[in-house]
Amino acid sequence: MFASCADPKTLEGLAWLMCYLTSGKHMLFYGSFLVVLALMLIVAPVALAFGFGGALAARSPFAPLRWFGKGYTAMVRGVPDIIFFLFVPVAMDQGLEWLRHLWTCPPTGEPVWSNGEFNVCAAAKIPLSTTPQIWHEVYGFALAVIAFAVVFGAFAANVLYGAMNAVPRAQLETAEAYGMSPAQVRRRILIPQMWTYALPGLSNLWLILIKATPLLFLLGVEDIVYWARELGSTKSAIYDYPHPDWRVWYFLALLVYYLGMTRISELLLGRLSARLSRGQATMAGEAMRKAGA
Amino acid sequence: MSCLDIIADYGLRSLGIGERVLPRGDITLCHQFTLIGSGLIWNLYFGLLALALGFVFATALALAKAAGNPWLRKPAEWFIFLFRGSPLFIQFFLAYEALVLLPKSGIPVFGITIETAWTTKAWAGALFVLFLNTSAYSAEIFYGALRAVPKGDIEAAEAYGFTGWKKFRRILWPTTLRLAWPAYTNEAIFLFHATTLVYFSGFPAFQQRGDALYYAKFFADKTFNPFIPYPIAAFYFVCLTLALIGLFGVINRRLNRHLPGQSRPKLRIRPQIIR
Repeated sequence: MFASCADPKTLEGLAWLMCYLTSGKHMLFYGSFLVVLALMLIVAPVALAFGFGGALAARSPFAPLRWFGKGYTAMVRGVPDIIFFLFVPVAMDQGLEWLRHLWTCPPTGEPVWSNGEFNVCAAAKIPLSTTPQIWHEVYGFALAVIAFAVVFGAFAANVLYGAMNAVPRAQLETAEAYGMSPAQVRRRILIPQMWTYALPGLSNLWLILIKATPLLFLLGVEDIVYWARELGSTKSAIYDYPHPDWRVWYFLALLVYYLGMTRISELLLGRLSARLSRGQATMAGEAMRKAGA
Repeated sequence: MSCLDIIADYGLRSLGIGERVLPRGDITLCHQFTLIGSGLIWNLYFGLLALALGFVFATALALAKAAGNPWLRKPAEWFIFLFRGSPLFIQFFLAYEALVLLPKSGIPVFGITIETAWTTKAWAGALFVLFLNTSAYSAEIFYGALRAVPKGDIEAAEAYGFTGWKKFRRILWPTTLRLAWPAYTNEAIFLFHATTLVYFSGFPAFQQRGDALYYAKFFADKTFNPFIPYPIAAFYFVCLTLALIGLFGVINRRLNRHLPGQSRPKLRIRPQIIR
């Protein structure tokens, strides 16, 4: 990066460390923090949308839709989330390739899953083997986002379902008495009023999401855990910057990063919670009213 | 080869008993059920031991956090923040890398060398991390419950002349447990779920002796078909979760046996904890 770093073997002390920490590989390492942040920022709204759908489905008067919603929310209770993280990307990938196989490949008469192999023709691969490497990585990342969204959508559906049930019945009845249709009640009363009840659960989910991001490593995305292992492992003299096994320091840095993220999130969510409690018929809202009066 | 033979060969494979070579080529449903079930032994081992040891330590931590003395309170607060604020996955990696750095030949203490090689094995190292982690989560639950013990209970105990240890043992602790139990059930369930992370986080599976998810992934990679092994693993975990809810429900009833029927808290499983 710097001109003085051209020959790292001659450097010592702080200058060495500065050059070491700005090497090309380290730039990729810092970039992977952005990947993790991007994952969180993309997953949060998608999972919220999934959760919304799940919670509304679980309240639906139409029985099959209700069963689907309840099944979706119950899914994460008994089964470890890691199973989903391993299962969903592979299953999605194979499902999509299988559909494309039916669409594009000439019929071979052979089943796609046979003899411990998954065979689709070259034209059905996603992405095609001829596409640039970057698209393979984007595709892998997109599958990871879907896996996270499915799992966290189920968690969010649980929270939102509970929050919708916590909105005081009297408020909904008042709306009905004013002649609003069920859809109007839902849109104008239920959903705006629900947030104050949902916030503790959702902020908890956000903290959980932060702590679930290192699992990206399991999905084969080159995230911070991948780079920490890569960069920290012993580098012999053939490397520009030889050093012994430093993985423990890299993981210590990751630990501090996550603790910092948790702390900042807690502070921000505390403020948001205060904002949403204003004027609500809850204990927090009542306490604010008394403090202001 | 009948299914009974397969169970005889692979039923205890995760402990290193029976057939050494993992199945290849002709993999049947029976193979998958047997091996994944065999791996569940490790999940049970990690979960049960961490839970039992963590329960004791968590009680101590909760008391320390509730103590007036800052020399007790501050370390407990930091410990809980450290383990609750960071991902378990990173904790596993960090612990493993730190344990690897211990001198291979052992640490000499007063002329005796203490072996260090065993600490990097999953059965010890991962168990230790899980123990600390569940202690932190449970301590926070117990601390919350401790603070929620009704004032009247404590005043009544003091009026009867209960002090110190006796007050804690007879009044504070049972009420704390009673109040904390629904949340603690949750914690126990998610602790068992968290045990599936062990073999994906640096700790090597010695001679391919892994847990349920390790074998599920093995089969998914071998057969290129994720639709069979993962649902089998999920099925085992649903059974495990139901068994846990049953067991904790019995304890919950025992803890609340003095209360009239209506006011006994029900166990509700709220998925709020993953690490």
